[in-house]
Amino acid sequence: MLRALLLTLSVVAIAHAELCKPDAQNAFKVRISIKTALGDNAYAWDANEEYLFKAMVAFAMRRYSSKSTTQISNVLLCNVTDRVSFWFVVTDSSKNVTTVPGSEVEAAIRMNRNRINNAFLLSDKTLQFLKITSTLSPPVEPPTPAWLIVFGVVLCLIVAGIVFLIVSGIQKHKKKNKKSTERENLEEKVEVTLENGIPCEALDLKAGHINGVFAADDERFTSL
Amino acid sequence: LSATPEIPKEDGRPKWDNKFQYILSCIGFAVGLGNVWRFPYLCQIHGGGAFLIPYFVALLFEGIPLLHLELALGQCLRKGSIGAWNTISPYLGGIGVGSWVVSVLVSLYYNTVLTWVMWYFINSFQEPLPWSLCPLNENRTGFNEECYESTAVNYFWYRKTLNVTPDITESGTLQWWLILCSAACWAIVYLCTIRGIETTGKAIYVTAIFPYLVLTIFLIQGLTLPGATDGLIYLFTPNLNTLKNPRVWLDAATQIFFSLSLAFGGLIAFASYNPTKNDCEKDAVMVAIVNSMTSLYASIPVFSVLGFKATTAYWDCLDRNIISIINEFDLPEESIMRQNYTSWISFLNTSYPEKIAGLKLKSCNLQEFLDQSVSGTGLAFIVFTQAIILMPGSQAWAILFFIMLFSLGLSSMFGNIEGVFTPLLELPIIPKSAPKELLSGIICLISFLIALCFTLGSGSYWIDVFDRYAGSVPLLVIAFFEVIGVAYIYKMKRFNKDVEWMTGRKPNLYWHITWRFISPLLLLIVFTAFVTLQMQKPPNYTAWNPKYEGFPMKEEKVYPPWVQAICVLLAALPCMCVPLVALFHLVKQKCRSKDPSFVPPEVFSCQGANS
Repeated sequence: MLRALLLTLSVVAIAHAELCKPDAQNAFKVRISIKTALGDNAYAWDANEEYLFKAMVAFAMRRYSSKSTTQISNVLLCNVTDRVSFWFVVTDSSKNVTTVPGSEVEAAIRMNRNRINNAFLLSDKTLQFLKITSTLSPPVEPPTPAWLIVFGVVLCLIVAGIVFLIVSGIQKHKKKNKKSTERENLEEKVEVTLENGIPCEALDLKAGHINGVFAADDERFTSL
Repeated sequence: LSATPEIPKEDGRPKWDNKFQYILSCIGFAVGLGNVWRFPYLCQIHGGGAFLIPYFVALLFEGIPLLHLELALGQCLRKGSIGAWNTISPYLGGIGVGSWVVSVLVSLYYNTVLTWVMWYFINSFQEPLPWSLCPLNENRTGFNEECYESTAVNYFWYRKTLNVTPDITESGTLQWWLILCSAACWAIVYLCTIRGIETTGKAIYVTAIFPYLVLTIFLIQGLTLPGATDGLIYLFTPNLNTLKNPRVWLDAATQIFFSLSLAFGGLIAFASYNPTKNDCEKDAVMVAIVNSMTSLYASIPVFSVLGFKATTAYWDCLDRNIISIINEFDLPEESIMRQNYTSWISFLNTSYPEKIAGLKLKSCNLQEFLDQSVSGTGLAFIVFTQAIILMPGSQAWAILFFIMLFSLGLSSMFGNIEGVFTPLLELPIIPKSAPKELLSGIICLISFLIALCFTLGSGSYWIDVFDRYAGSVPLLVIAFFEVIGVAYIYKMKRFNKDVEWMTGRKPNLYWHITWRFISPLLLLIVFTAFVTLQMQKPPNYTAWNPKYEGFPMKEEKVYPPWVQAICVLLAALPCMCVPLVALFHLVKQKCRSKDPSFVPPEVFSCQGANS
């Protein structure tokens, strides 16, 4: 009885070893960079994390093929290094000692990549499935490009400044014109005719000027 | 007869609000983009601190004398460049016309550089910065190929901004986003120069002082960045051996000359709005020294940032190599750090040489990264933008940097536009009643329409053509004729008397020697050396061609003959004005001298203008 058990166990072990080895058919290499992603909050990669990984892969397979036959024991891990990197395969529970085709595994992982990443607090770059490429998400594009908005603001300010300066220039010009026409009208009124340096107005206003030259002549004639 | 005391005639010419405005305008005109992106580059390639020696020699014997000459001329004659040279002698009027033509040509392309700065500025308000990421390709499996092979920063500059064609003969289409930005830039120029110095005098307070603030902020930030000290040591370590190379002296002379914006006519225009009794000697020395000090001051943050960028690139190179090694040998993370990289590499090389060779590791050398020197638009739009992405709070740094570049360029544009505007105002064909706003509007509109050529796909190549040919040789020729004209045709004695009347003291021996002998000689030598160097090889340019085998390196191409003809035309047109106008007046004089009623014009003197 014990011998039979030991025999089955060793057969299973050998089968597993044959199914999961580097560059085996339908096997994928995984590379995890915990310290790069989390820095001081990095956790250690131990058997529990491996169990979680197997669970996530099984979950992905179940979700993808929607037949609930994949068990955690179907996911085999091997060659775990210090890096942390390892290989894994998914065996088919219905057929004995075969692995699920790589394309199925790849499709399943790709579909649930986000969930797998989040389970480990990692990202596409720090949890790498070496043969599975990830589709890159496009950057978020706002409906109007941001630069147009800024440009609109700048242009409005400039146009407002130009209009203000032109209008103030026109007003100043009008005021200067009004002032110069007023001054012209004033000068016309004040334009005096000068006669011998004496404005005629002065002569008109005053009742004559006594000319001192002739004043002395009065005495030449004898009084009557 | 009335016996009123002698008062200076009010000639209705606009004047500066105060002396500070005038000095600031001259400084703003002189301090431009070249102080930030050409001087540090020259320092770097010509032996660091040793370059300061030819630089200061050129400043002393070429820069300051020519600057004093132009300021004194403008102040004495109170006219723009064309009017001033016509007054000195009608035969020398061509110098003024030549200055005017150069100012027109330079204004056209200079504002397009400001257009690029504005484009980057309005794109800096996004998170993440658009030049930090590559766009995806059509089926979203990877990045855009052109972007992936070069860098995101290069892609944004050459594709998203310029949309550059692979050859100067392929014009491409007008880039609508550049047209919008160009319209905005010309509108800003119009806004600031709408009433001549009345408005630029107010605007200059902001555009001339703001760059210094930003440079100081960048200085403080730059010095705190890792690797800044490497950059600074690299910049300032003098290598006196380079002084034996005549190329260094030539570069110093041309840098001083173009940096002070001499021979554009803008300085004459600025000085013409001064009262005649003003110490132009002190002004000239002050402006020249401030300009040089600004160049030095600007090179410190520039090189701190370049040192930071080189260090980051070096660390990236190391990190990439480390990741490859760790992945290949399945070593635990963080087992190889940058510090013990070299010891690990030597150990692994001895134990597993084939595996190491198979990884194809790049050799990382900090010196190599520091040696990558760039000047001009490459420095601002490629190298600096890349460094800004690496700084925390990139948007704020990008916005500050591009506003600073815009202010620097705008204050230089004021000088260029004044050099175009002031002589036009004095021409008899413009009616006196026409409002200044209309004239400046027409100038800006026509310039905008012509400058649309620079928004084509091949626009950046054309700007290089204009910069190399219209903005270099003609200035040397015009300055040479300026000095000869004043020293030997106007006669040094008269000029000395004028300067003494304006400043209150006789110009001393230094001015005599430099104006009469040293400056003209130096200009002649620089001109011949410059032209000889240009003639040595056929003029070529580097083009951005994604289909080139050596991509992302730029492809060296030679200008086709018709473009070379345009280059020669651009260089020759302003120079030709000098002999052509002299010839025209000679012919006019011959016809006039046969007329018996002709009276020769009076000899002009500075003091005579005001008595």
